[in-house]
Amino acid sequence: MTSQVSSPEEQPGERVDGPGAGEQRNPAGVKDVRRLDRVIIRFAGDSGDGMQLTGDRFTSETASFGNDLSTLPNFPAEIRAPAGTLPGVSSFQLHFADHDILTPGDAPDVLVAMNPAALRANLADLPPGAEIIVNTDEFTRRALQKVGYAVSPLEDGSLAGYRLHPVPLTTLTVEALQEFELSRKEAERSKNMFALGLLSWMYHRPTAGTEEFLQKKFARRPVIAAANLAAFRAGWNFGETTEDFAVSYEVAPAGAAFPPGTYRNISGNLALAYGLIAASRQADLPLYLGSYPITPASDILHELSRHKNFGVRTFQAEDEIAGIGAALGAAFGGALAVTTTSGPGVALKSETIGLAVSLELPLLVVDIQRGGPSTGLPTKTEQADLLQAMFGRNGEAPVPVIAPRTAADCFDVALEAARIALAYRTPVLLLSDGYLANGSEPWRIPEPEELPDLRVQFAQGPNHTLDDGTEVFWPYKRDPHTLARPWAVPGTPGLEHRIGGIEKQDGTGHISYDPANHDFMVRTRQAKIDGIEVPDLAVDDPHGARTLVLGWGSTYGPITAAVRRLRAAGTAIAQAHLRHLNPFPRNLGEVLGRYDKVVVPEMNLGQLATLIRAKYLVDARSYTQVNGMPFKAEQLATAFKEAIDG
Amino acid sequence: MAETSAEGTGTLEALSLVPKAEARQSMKDFKSDQEVRWCPGCGDYAILAAVQGFLPELGLAKENIVFVSGIGCSSRFPYYMNTYGMHSIHGRAPAIATGLATSRRDLSVWVVTGDGDALSIGGNHLIHALRRNVNLKILLFNNRIYGLTKGQYSPTSEVGKITKSTPMGSLDAPFNPVSLALGAEASFVARTVDSDRKHLTEVLRQAAAHPGTALVEIYQNCNIFNDGAFEVLKDKQQAEEAVIRLEHGQPIRFGTDLAKGVVRDPATGDLKAVTVTPRNEAEVLVHDAHAASPTTAFALSRLADPDTLHHTPIGVFRSVDRPVYDTQMADQLDAAIEQNGKGDLAALLTGHDTWTVVG
Repeated sequence: MTSQVSSPEEQPGERVDGPGAGEQRNPAGVKDVRRLDRVIIRFAGDSGDGMQLTGDRFTSETASFGNDLSTLPNFPAEIRAPAGTLPGVSSFQLHFADHDILTPGDAPDVLVAMNPAALRANLADLPPGAEIIVNTDEFTRRALQKVGYAVSPLEDGSLAGYRLHPVPLTTLTVEALQEFELSRKEAERSKNMFALGLLSWMYHRPTAGTEEFLQKKFARRPVIAAANLAAFRAGWNFGETTEDFAVSYEVAPAGAAFPPGTYRNISGNLALAYGLIAASRQADLPLYLGSYPITPASDILHELSRHKNFGVRTFQAEDEIAGIGAALGAAFGGALAVTTTSGPGVALKSETIGLAVSLELPLLVVDIQRGGPSTGLPTKTEQADLLQAMFGRNGEAPVPVIAPRTAADCFDVALEAARIALAYRTPVLLLSDGYLANGSEPWRIPEPEELPDLRVQFAQGPNHTLDDGTEVFWPYKRDPHTLARPWAVPGTPGLEHRIGGIEKQDGTGHISYDPANHDFMVRTRQAKIDGIEVPDLAVDDPHGARTLVLGWGSTYGPITAAVRRLRAAGTAIAQAHLRHLNPFPRNLGEVLGRYDKVVVPEMNLGQLATLIRAKYLVDARSYTQVNGMPFKAEQLATAFKEAIDG
Repeated sequence: MAETSAEGTGTLEALSLVPKAEARQSMKDFKSDQEVRWCPGCGDYAILAAVQGFLPELGLAKENIVFVSGIGCSSRFPYYMNTYGMHSIHGRAPAIATGLATSRRDLSVWVVTGDGDALSIGGNHLIHALRRNVNLKILLFNNRIYGLTKGQYSPTSEVGKITKSTPMGSLDAPFNPVSLALGAEASFVARTVDSDRKHLTEVLRQAAAHPGTALVEIYQNCNIFNDGAFEVLKDKQQAEEAVIRLEHGQPIRFGTDLAKGVVRDPATGDLKAVTVTPRNEAEVLVHDAHAASPTTAFALSRLADPDTLHHTPIGVFRSVDRPVYDTQMADQLDAAIEQNGKGDLAALLTGHDTWTVVG
């Protein structure tokens, strides 16, 4: 991914009359329209300024226009941090393009800064020449002082290297809303819609979706709906008429980048919730979610709670432990049971996960990882729960671990986690993270016929014959192929049985303290997980490279973007990305052995690298970052190049 | 597994969705093939026998009965019942049972727990199960000691209890489980004693019939680590003065020849035990387990002296109808289907804003 932003200086005044240009109001020919192949925009403001909503709307417009896109919402843990301060800045970055892209972008081409704090917090990320749109109304002496500006950066020449657009957004919004019976404060609140209108004009975004959204959102408050619409349109018209914005930009749809199909924009948490509903349908089992609210996982609880007409039961428990407890109870009763949480919640659920390992019941444990340890960084992303997922329980308690690579992949991974849990009667840990949870990208909507068949057979009758010929039911008599035990749900006559966390005798499931039996059961539980069938690891290595980059989880986007950059510059590099962390794909050892060097980038201090080194005795090189943000492609490209050359 | 719809109307509203047994049942049907491993003389044996002896009365298909327990001596209970059962982890049985009961309304779900399991490590789950009013029957075996860990004081032990962990006496003020349950918005709260089979059975009967969460505190003797803890309630002579038997609709009288009664102190509104005289006889409180307010039930729960156990009421303190959580949860699912139609996966995945790429 070499520089793909066509600099306006290089392509002066290129007229666009290609696809897409006719879909919205044409800027009447008075202004230049330039074509770009990709743009990165960052909206930044106070956490109360509605930046996430603004970003969401711009994303929806962009998705419906058909660009490829990737987003990065970034917000403080506080609901309303002190206004105008650096910790209170909330931002939303969107990367959209006429071709296939993988990340929300390293550095914004355009920054919309609603106040001095937003400017100060984000300026360092901007490359020279970036466009900055600032709301000058908020650059008061007091607001400037609050974030340590002695002199306004709008006046001291410090922004000379950028293309600055000073816009009195608040004043313009209030003026545009004069005819409405609103207080000044109420009118000011629509300034984000003014900004959205302006940016929508600048980038030729379709507007019908936003207009419909506003009508719907404020259906009960028609004045507010009308005011927001008016602000949105005023922003658009401002762009069209003011001389400060001489150029608007076109980014053509990315049709060629996508396989044929119907697409929508989707975030990771939404995709995961849909994946769970789909898994429930494919397994023909009712979905039961036991959960306790925690950032950044709560949206899955919210989403599933809206779909009771799918037979989905959601239970907001009194704590994390009760959340998984209720799910495990439902699993005993024959439901597709799920608990959703983040790292601190997994810590609390550990004992119950261990019980599920011992009971050998299907259970999905979804961990939307965030910065740790302890409360850590609730709204930031991290991958540091891998070893907790692998080993964070007492005793030998192996659990399959699986991780999605992109927001859309969360859908498929939910189905895959359900497959493993149901087929092998085991808890499964699904490791998503804050970046995937809140970020979004286009998703090709699958046809229901494409989804895997996850149906299971409950035990219906005796499965064992005693020496005296009596037919009995043994709850721990295993399937010889999968080593899964039968799932006999209450209500099935003749199969009454008792299970528990105390060690069980092989076969009968009775309490057993026999040393040899315990040794056998520990090894058997391990063998069951080790024997789970997972697809082989695919390696992307078109040029016969000597160095392999091995990743897992949400680093897929930036790793792939970095690999593309290196290959474009003529450097051979191989890439593989793990979905299954436990068990590893069968061919992983062989793949690792093929390369001279293995680089493992992770948003932790090298947890996968530790596992790889331990299991395969490979001198894997760890490249790590734990700053709460996803890797940048350029940073990884540099690190990979150094590894190759070093 | 689909819920079985009500076949006719059972006599017990709480169990109307649970399939009935095809044949007559006996106590033997509920005994599992496992050897019972409590200490000889443990009060748990009597409770097990009472439960096994009483369940045939309900006439429920035994495959639709589930016992869920936590950790502790009492929590071995499910192994001895020939029903479905889960011996889970410490304190968590109410949470696990909540998931089972809310997802399978065709089951009769029982929780067996102890004073440590329910009131210490699992206190949170207990109070929340009670306030939600999930269709669970919780049997709390209270022996006022930790048995399985060999004799430390429990959250119901009297202050100053000398144990291995409290050689100079325990400092903690104990919980009164009945008071706690009433404070947690319980719709059914009762207390009984392991050795009084008749009373225990009658309380179980009423608990089983109750729609919603029923908490039954069972005073249970641990003859190894806290022997005789409830002797004053069991010794025939002492019990006459110590035990107050609550019966709905009956004046609360106790003592030799029912010479004593419970009256309200007009000065404080509190309850007190008095000797009944012709003058005050009309003032003796008539027990109303169905009272909307839990105030009087709470006052009754405070009558007992925590040290001597004198004036300990047993029986059903409170039994009121309140919306049942699992019923309402099912109703919401039905309402969602009524409002939006049965879920259509293709429509859900598609959503509202899509675009099409043509090959």
